[in-house]
Amino acid sequence: MTRTPLRPLARILKARAQGENPDVIERENLRLRHEQMRDAARSRAEVRLLILGFSFFLAFSAIGVRMGVLSATEAAEPRSFASGAEILAQRADITDRNGRVLATNMLTHALYAHPKDMVDPARVAKELAAIFPEMKADDLTRRFTDGRSFIWLRKVLSPEQMQQVHEIGDPGLLFGPREMRLYPNGTLAAHILGGSSFGVEGVHSAEVIGTAGIERAMDARLRDPALSATPLELSVDLTVQAAVEEILGAGVTMLNAKGGAAIIMDVKTGEILSLASLPSFDPNNRPNPVLPKDAEPGDSPLFNRAVQGVYELGSTFKIFATAQAMELGLVGPDTLVDANAPMQWGKHRIREFQNKNYGPLATVTDVIVKSSNVGTARLALQIGGLRQQEFLKSLGFFDPTPIELTEAPGAKPLLPARWPDIVTITTSYGHGMSASPLHLAAAYATIANGGITVKPTLLKQSGPQAGVRVMREEVADASVEMLRQVVTRGTASLAEVPGYEVAGKTGTADKPRRTGGYYKDKVINTFASVFPASDPRYVVLVTLDEPVETSGTEPRRTAGWTAVPVAAEITRRIAPLLGIRPVVEAPPADRLTAVRN
Amino acid sequence: MRPVIYVLSFIAVLGLGFWAYREHYDTRQALRDVSRLNSEIAGLREALALQRAEWAYLNRPDRLRELASLNFERLGLMPLEPSQFGDAANLSYPAVDEFFGDINNSVMVNGQLNPEEEPL
Repeated sequence: MTRTPLRPLARILKARAQGENPDVIERENLRLRHEQMRDAARSRAEVRLLILGFSFFLAFSAIGVRMGVLSATEAAEPRSFASGAEILAQRADITDRNGRVLATNMLTHALYAHPKDMVDPARVAKELAAIFPEMKADDLTRRFTDGRSFIWLRKVLSPEQMQQVHEIGDPGLLFGPREMRLYPNGTLAAHILGGSSFGVEGVHSAEVIGTAGIERAMDARLRDPALSATPLELSVDLTVQAAVEEILGAGVTMLNAKGGAAIIMDVKTGEILSLASLPSFDPNNRPNPVLPKDAEPGDSPLFNRAVQGVYELGSTFKIFATAQAMELGLVGPDTLVDANAPMQWGKHRIREFQNKNYGPLATVTDVIVKSSNVGTARLALQIGGLRQQEFLKSLGFFDPTPIELTEAPGAKPLLPARWPDIVTITTSYGHGMSASPLHLAAAYATIANGGITVKPTLLKQSGPQAGVRVMREEVADASVEMLRQVVTRGTASLAEVPGYEVAGKTGTADKPRRTGGYYKDKVINTFASVFPASDPRYVVLVTLDEPVETSGTEPRRTAGWTAVPVAAEITRRIAPLLGIRPVVEAPPADRLTAVRN
Repeated sequence: MRPVIYVLSFIAVLGLGFWAYREHYDTRQALRDVSRLNSEIAGLREALALQRAEWAYLNRPDRLRELASLNFERLGLMPLEPSQFGDAANLSYPAVDEFFGDINNSVMVNGQLNPEEEPL
């Protein structure tokens, strides 16, 4: 840039010659220069502003475009990292204690229709009716043509059915993926597993929700996305469960029983190794039976007799009376008590089975071994109603069982409203109050566990439970010894399984009529046992509903002839499966060698 | 000096652009691979779950029991019995030899005979 001098000599000289002030020229030039500088600065600032404005525009429009794109496009899953198994299975598997699958998921498809896209609704309806027997062609045609745009047709399809629907080849028939709950073992452990169904259904997926049993009780755990890759391990042993259901089924058939239940429970951990109830059902296809009005709830195959069935459990309760009497120091196993039958109490008369009399005096052990109603009644009167209630409460007989089944909280024991002496008497031999077989199993487990309470559980445990002590260890051991004698020389002689030292108590209770009173020829037979008696490990409990044993001249309905042989067969089969080796009991010493010479 | 910087930076821009172009396509290819692998893994997992279910179905106790009774003549399988438990004390061990005691393995001996000695 060429600079113009502020005082150009030519103009200065000229001005001086004319007598003008040359400083005017300088000021004029200075002004012009300043104007030039100002114009340059302004134009530079204008360019800068323009650039700045343009960059702001770019930045804001980039953000705006990005926001627009984000809001306008469908969300895509992040693809840059590997997905875990949890994305596939939305519900965790259920396995037994050894990891064998009890419930798992399978991918199938649901069928739905868009009738407005259908080419030939009438033909589609006819062909669908040919594939699925439950669909009717007329009905489908009507639904396809009444103007709706969406219809669910089927919740799940087998691969063959899906292929057949494909072959219809109509664009209006569409498939949606479905995760289906599958119980590969069929009816096995049906009452534990319960069943499941679809909750909220969409085209792309549907939620699977538990409808009964452990599926419903543990629904939150099974649906927890963080835990869906780890299966829920139950305490149940599949092999033991299969053996128990087989033998119980055979027993129910042979004894013409209406149903039955069996429970195998670990006395230290409280784990339920097997819980069976007959009749059973298939959880893959959970029935919805319509029962006649006068039917008992137990007539439904869905009814879990072991947990929901509250029955008067009969003489199996007697051991609680003797155990409490020993705990309170009132008697010992060999103390003689008044067992003179019949016993008159007010207007009630307490009799023995078949009007026998085990008295006038009998030891406490004999009261249990011979199952004397009068003997236990006398002991219960010594204990008193309040202490009896407290003891039964500590054994868990006053509350629903804490087992992880959705049916359990509803099965509250039926207790008499008041507790006069006659209730104390009848409760001591298992009448007047009703509890579920599971309550009884838990109470026997407490005795077998040395007097420390055990809560039944269906989840695999890592160690013994820390329960509350409700009786001294000597009392518990003496009670087990009494139960052992019931088998060796008492009412449960058929329960003997060589090598396994079974100890147990029979119970035969008349079924109460709905209208009041009791049936004469309908009984509930129960056998509660523990084995091996020298170091109890397991409780085996069998309950049969209305069994009758007809091999003799007249029908026999006592537990000793019905529930006991079934329980013995169960023990014989499951003890080796549980890895318990038989104990070789020393034969009684020969009389000749016992004498010293 | 300045033109050199201009040329160099222009070349650098070209190079970086080319590099970014390559990276972009490599990334897209990698993402495609990952999603293909993911869907393959999902398919395999699904197949695995199905096979596990089928394994459980084929090994259900009812079926095994039926198969065992169908093939009883060939296999002779019975439920486990208490009498099948044995005791180590009941095993018959080989009898101890009177002369050799419990030495029952042959012993190899290596050595050299003294040639001056009379052989035995």
